[in-house]
Amino acid sequence: MGAEGKARIREFILDNITETELADDDDIFERGLVRSMFVMQLVVFVEQEFGVQVTGDDLRFEHFRSVDRVDELVARKLAAV
Amino acid sequence: MPHDPDAFARFTDERLIPNAGAWDQAEHLDDEIVKDLAAARWLVPTLPSAAGGTGMDVETYGLLSEELGRGCGSVRNLVAVQGMVAHAILRWGSKDLADRWAPAIGTGTTIGAFALTEPDVGSDARNGTTTARAVPGGYEITGRKKWISFAQRAGVFLVFAQLDGDPAAFVVERDTPGLTVSPISGLLGLRASELGEVVLDAVEVPSSNLLSHGRLTFDLVATSSLDYGRFSTACGCVGLAQACLTASLDYARDRVQFGVPLAEHQLVRRALTEMITSVEAARLLCRQAGTMRATSHRDAIRQTLIAKYAASRTAFDVATNAVQLHGANGIGSGFPVQRHLRDAKIQEIIEGTTQIQQLQIADLTLARH
Repeated sequence: MGAEGKARIREFILDNITETELADDDDIFERGLVRSMFVMQLVVFVEQEFGVQVTGDDLRFEHFRSVDRVDELVARKLAAV
Repeated sequence: MPHDPDAFARFTDERLIPNAGAWDQAEHLDDEIVKDLAAARWLVPTLPSAAGGTGMDVETYGLLSEELGRGCGSVRNLVAVQGMVAHAILRWGSKDLADRWAPAIGTGTTIGAFALTEPDVGSDARNGTTTARAVPGGYEITGRKKWISFAQRAGVFLVFAQLDGDPAAFVVERDTPGLTVSPISGLLGLRASELGEVVLDAVEVPSSNLLSHGRLTFDLVATSSLDYGRFSTACGCVGLAQACLTASLDYARDRVQFGVPLAEHQLVRRALTEMITSVEAARLLCRQAGTMRATSHRDAIRQTLIAKYAASRTAFDVATNAVQLHGANGIGSGFPVQRHLRDAKIQEIIEGTTQIQQLQIADLTLARH
């Protein structure tokens, strides 16, 4: 989806974690940066920000692990619209 | 039926308030009220029309939940649970599952139950011990679920279990061999919520009944359902507190002690002021959460937690004050405040206990920049 989309995703994640820096391939769960409720917050953000709907076909944890993975999910959803 | 607060209030005044005490005593809802809710498409009004709802917006749903909570906590709970199950299946399930079950629940053809909690696992629901294993053509589920609202009436269960070490959710029909439901009676509150213990003894379901498998089954499917239920609970608590406040105002005006109405006593006025203020504050928090949810605001989930935390504590405090203000009459069956007090305590336990929320709200807020 590109740098602009990734920046929006990164900004949202940084707004909700105590860290101040985040690489696009950082695994936010492996690094212990977020709690379980964060996936739900991330989905609400992605749906509102990018106008896509996350559905049962997207229920894979890997999609939400990093800025890169979320960006890929959004790009795939937008391409399917 | 029109979707405006006046219609909700009329329904509560005419259908719930006159009967809620009897349902509480019977530990059962009348079938007719369930049919009435279904006829109005209020069991899951937030579903699209094609799926058995009315496409009701979130803010209006909050108003409906508040009004139902003003009359009967168990009816409000029924509507919340139907929404939790139907929306989970509609959103996360296959088209076949969604087409079959969302309209069935929305129209009241089938009642749904959310089977997450277990005898030994409540707040720690992620670590449930119900297990599923693959068998030819599907899955076999074995375990025990407890404190399941409307299990006694349900025709379909959304069952959470461990499958290959990861959480999974299954749609399980009531008449599946090996599934039995035992009613749970003698509850403190929400007595008409027809709770049950569900035993799954090698229950086999077809592979198509697997709704979700993997970590997101808990982190997204279950949490989203609980978030939906939490908003309903929060708004219902405002209604419960409002019912206690209204009853207390009426009682304070009419009851004469020491030659004057209770309302003329300064300590009674102080209690009323505390009740009035906290009800208004809780209502505003719920309205704020509703507005944020309607716009998918990025802070909507945290605001819903805050609304539920505040409203459930308010409901218990206001109900306690209401019973105290009613004196001996407050503990009798002739006034509804004792039922509301018992129901209010349950609101501090369901959809996240007060103590879990004390952790979550601080966690989410500390993480924000």
